[in-house]
Amino acid sequence: MDVFLQQLINGLTLGSIYGLIAIGYTMVFGIIGMVNFAHGDVFMVSSFVALILFLLLTTWLGLSSIALALLIVLVLTMVLTALWGWAIERVAYRPLRGSFRLAPLISAIGVSIFLSNFVQVTQGARNKPTPPMLNGGITLLDQGGYAVTLSYKQCLIMAVTAVLLLGFWYLVQRTSFGRAQRACEQDRRMAALLGIDVDRTISLTFVLGAALAAVAGVLYLLYYGVVSFSDGFVPGVKAFTAAVLGGIGSLPGAVLGGLIIGLIETFWSAYFSIEYKDVAAFSILAIVLIFMPSGILGRAEVEKV
Amino acid sequence: MSVAGINVLVEETRARQAAARAPLLSVRGVSAYYGSVAALREVDLEVAEGEIVTLIGANGAGKSTLMMTIFGSPRARSGSITFAGRDITRLQTHEIARLNIAQSPEGRRVFPRMSVYENLQMGATLHAGRYFAEDLERVCTLFPRLKERLNQRAGTMSGGEQQMLAIARALMSRPKLLLLDEPSLGLAPLVVKQIFGAIRDLNTRDGMTIFLVEQNAYHALKLAHRGYVLVNGRITLSGPSRALLDDPSIKAAYLEGGHPVPDAAGQPAGA
Repeated sequence: MDVFLQQLINGLTLGSIYGLIAIGYTMVFGIIGMVNFAHGDVFMVSSFVALILFLLLTTWLGLSSIALALLIVLVLTMVLTALWGWAIERVAYRPLRGSFRLAPLISAIGVSIFLSNFVQVTQGARNKPTPPMLNGGITLLDQGGYAVTLSYKQCLIMAVTAVLLLGFWYLVQRTSFGRAQRACEQDRRMAALLGIDVDRTISLTFVLGAALAAVAGVLYLLYYGVVSFSDGFVPGVKAFTAAVLGGIGSLPGAVLGGLIIGLIETFWSAYFSIEYKDVAAFSILAIVLIFMPSGILGRAEVEKV
Repeated sequence: MSVAGINVLVEETRARQAAARAPLLSVRGVSAYYGSVAALREVDLEVAEGEIVTLIGANGAGKSTLMMTIFGSPRARSGSITFAGRDITRLQTHEIARLNIAQSPEGRRVFPRMSVYENLQMGATLHAGRYFAEDLERVCTLFPRLKERLNQRAGTMSGGEQQMLAIARALMSRPKLLLLDEPSLGLAPLVVKQIFGAIRDLNTRDGMTIFLVEQNAYHALKLAHRGYVLVNGRITLSGPSRALLDDPSIKAAYLEGGHPVPDAAGQPAGA
């Protein structure tokens, strides 16, 4: 029971991070039908941006309040990463719109390679550590030497994720921008006929996806304390898996998929073998895709016309 | 003089006044292509303020292409399109829409996974919700069916209801010009009657300028002030609806075979 509870906490924490990244994949796929393979690297870049900002604030500017520093880092990283997302769409994807279907996909792989190499060259290939922060936690249960703890970091990660997802849900479901975004997803041409600037809506979709990936990047850095140029790939692929598992195109699906992948990975590591955790996560994906091709919350393709 | 006679006079006077003003929409020598296939060749057409103008033609004649070319996609490869005195030939689709032209397009294209209410909100995009409550009331009066279904997903409604929604959505932008592409397609005769009645009301009561594309030539000509006939991407005939209804070539091509034909005196039956 105690091991189970601890793994549940760990799994949900990891799953939150995957979920935040997965939203970027699912939104972009929803609106332009393209898998943005560079999204994982945007997440990695945001971790580096966060690291640099954090060091700037604490060591150079001598900011002593960690909480304030983290808040500033979070906001600035979201803004800067959103700019990256916007620029990537502008430079690498928009010119290819209307080209054959594979073109933007290849371009995305190119951007992915560019970003990881760019970071490797400019920041070096070694892992970059952060100073430890936000240590300690709440002991929930202590029986026979095995203490179940909910660390402050985990609290923060889950709370930030929950708040952002609620805000995001509101944005998509209740605001006029969200409505325009969904309209473009369902019928781009019709949206344009109603006066929606489709290009701008697509740009904003990339901006939002990148901003959420930035939150994931900050939280990832906080949780693991290190980041390297290659960290975009595996979390990126897992978040993509989460998006497919939840039903690509579905926002709640992305979050649910993220949590499921996070849980499978941690439970598998705890009870079976840590070496095979990725195998477990991807096997579940394969099984779900065979029996439920549109994912858990994906919509069936049949629609009354 | 009978009331009907006065109405005809009033209508004719209005049409003449309208024609004297500069046209609201004018299409001049427009050609459009899909790849290298010509869909429109040198099309000339005008719609004056306050008019209902119809474009009739067979399936594949290029009617819907013209509707979309007015909105810049596919773009006119030659010729020019002006709206309210402004050249819109090179504008992007959403920029044209923002000049207050609305379209209820071919195939209705309601947003299937949005509620009826949200679809209408989308229609009101140009005004950012300023007149929403008032306009919602107005379109619900025009199509009472929609009022009962505001929270239903548009994709689950019947064809007729979707058509009403598509027109209502177009009206939410308070358009200066309303383009309707085949509003009668695939609908039961009773629903067609309802929708055409609504279109007539919009024109006579609100003075809405309407450009109507139809396969159902008889209904369209009965409703419109003037008409154009499109054959293989070319305008072959144009004139007042009454004259077109009497034209033997039109009768042969579009009116006979299932549609009621006007009587010998040229008065549409039941007008």
